[in-house]
Amino acid sequence: MIETHQLGKRFHDAGRGELRAVQDVTFRCAPGQIYGLLGANGAGKTTTLRMLATILAPTEGRATIAGFDAETQAEQVRRNIGFLSTATALYARLTAEEMVQYFGRLHGVDETLLRRRIDELFERLGMNEFRRRRCDALSTGMKQKVSIARTLVHDPPVMIFDEPTGGLDVMAARTILGFIRECRERGKTVVFSTHVMSEAEKLCDTIGIIHHGRLLAEGTLADLRARYARHDLEDIFMAVVQQ
Amino acid sequence: MKLRDIGIVYRKEMKDALRDRRALISMIVVPILLMPLLTIGIGALSAEIVGRAMEEVPKVMIVGGADSPGVTAELRAQSDIEVVPAAADYAQEIEDKRIRAAVEIPPGFDAALAAGTPAAVTVYEYEGDMKSGIAADRVQKFFRDLRDRTVRGRLESRGIPDTLVHPFDIKEQNVASPEKTTGEIVGGIVPYIVILLCLTGAIYPAIDLTAGEKERGTMETILSSPVSRTDLVFGKFFTVLTASLATAFLAVLSMSVSLGIGRGLLMSLTDGGRAGGFTLSINPESVAAVFVMVLPLAVLFSAALLAIALYAKSYKEAQSYLQPMTILVVVPTIVSVLPGVELSARLALVPILSTSLVSKEILMGTYHWNYIALIFISSCVYAAAALSIAVKLFEREDVLFRT
Repeated sequence: MIETHQLGKRFHDAGRGELRAVQDVTFRCAPGQIYGLLGANGAGKTTTLRMLATILAPTEGRATIAGFDAETQAEQVRRNIGFLSTATALYARLTAEEMVQYFGRLHGVDETLLRRRIDELFERLGMNEFRRRRCDALSTGMKQKVSIARTLVHDPPVMIFDEPTGGLDVMAARTILGFIRECRERGKTVVFSTHVMSEAEKLCDTIGIIHHGRLLAEGTLADLRARYARHDLEDIFMAVVQQ
Repeated sequence: MKLRDIGIVYRKEMKDALRDRRALISMIVVPILLMPLLTIGIGALSAEIVGRAMEEVPKVMIVGGADSPGVTAELRAQSDIEVVPAAADYAQEIEDKRIRAAVEIPPGFDAALAAGTPAAVTVYEYEGDMKSGIAADRVQKFFRDLRDRTVRGRLESRGIPDTLVHPFDIKEQNVASPEKTTGEIVGGIVPYIVILLCLTGAIYPAIDLTAGEKERGTMETILSSPVSRTDLVFGKFFTVLTASLATAFLAVLSMSVSLGIGRGLLMSLTDGGRAGGFTLSINPESVAAVFVMVLPLAVLFSAALLAIALYAKSYKEAQSYLQPMTILVVVPTIVSVLPGVELSARLALVPILSTSLVSKEILMGTYHWNYIALIFISSCVYAAAALSIAVKLFEREDVLFRT
């Protein structure tokens, strides 16, 4: 479960003064659901998700992830999440197996269980052929699989995806989207940010439209269509941000 | 703080570093090769250059002396110089290195010698040029011998013993132990190199583990894991420290082996390794003590480099921040070898300079325990402060996500 209440983040910039990247963001995502944060570049999606992943600390409001407070129980939050974004990279000189193993160990997974999980994940994701290959020698698709395995190795109940398909080709993007669906089927709580309307339409149970750091509209696709009297999500998005 | 997490981060970072060619070069190859290159290589090269200069028969010009056939004939008969025809621009010829030296014989020199009246010979040379110096020395030696012979002849003709003008001999005898002698010679250069390598060995890993992580995007990956930022910085810090100490250790080891080889060479060339009373000797305890004194300095360097490199947005920016650090380290180590700079309570509080000075004394076999304690404690305090700054910076979002 993910719950945010009036979540906000201010940054201080020497040249521009105080910047409010996110303000009053309140939403809820239950297990077995995908919540999509839809917004243009610079809307505040990454900052919001980084706060959920405890990489950034909120300056206002609060967020609870898997029952833990993002600010005061950051370590417990991180133990219960899998975070994946286009910016999260792999350690080039580690092999695919070492990369997954490293994160499994950091999550405190027992060595015997870790070995079993790695075997299962590598089998399920078809990674055995490049198991002992260094990450700098992997293709983009292979790297994405390693990233997925890294986020799943500790079997977290909450998954956070920040524009996970950004910069990927169609095949690699499909792998990621399939994986996100699988997470929902396994009963995980999934928050997903994107600016690609079709991805939000296909995947999300609930869509939140974020603009200039504020969550302007929220609901199922059917709710949003009814509320804004438009069928196409792109039209709905434009109507919301121009309002 | 969880030791388990620090250990996991440390093992991963070390594995990563040991697979990185650039880290291996700065950590292992440079310290191993630098010392033999500096001690044996440069020593052998210098010996070769000096040997060749000594073998050369320098061209010397005689200016004047037309009325002194005796002295000019004797000069021409010298086998260690080649007398060339006189020319008016002898000074220019010396400057242009066409000849190495010139000697001006005043008018009536032979006659003055016979009559016992004073006369002055002038030797012209290119000061600072080794070959010119050798030529001038040979000419001067010739005239000193001529003067001695002349004095002896005059005394003999008057029936006066030589001891009247040569009443006693002066002998030099070295009383310093071989360790002290070696310490005086290598004591300045060894700490300089060890301290510098301690820094340079840590630079690359410090950048790679901070600014490098930011640039590659792996910083976000690791920050989303449950490892605390304090444990993360300690894991990284121990990796940088290992690189720094490994570089310093290999430099010290390489230096000991190089000195051992140097002593072996010297023993094979001279009587029992003594060359004019000088013996190469450095004891392992002194080397170990220098290494211990460098320890807190390595901690200081590792923490400071980590903190500075973390502030940078990219690899390139980190390099531009860290390059001046090398100058900051080189200056105090150079000051420590300047004449008259000696260890005092005040200087014991100056980081780097104090370690350099105390290492020099240790290599000479002198242990000022009060200064050693003061330097060790003050260096530990500086190191702890730098480490605490590095930990604080890792907590700051504006540093981790500086754009």
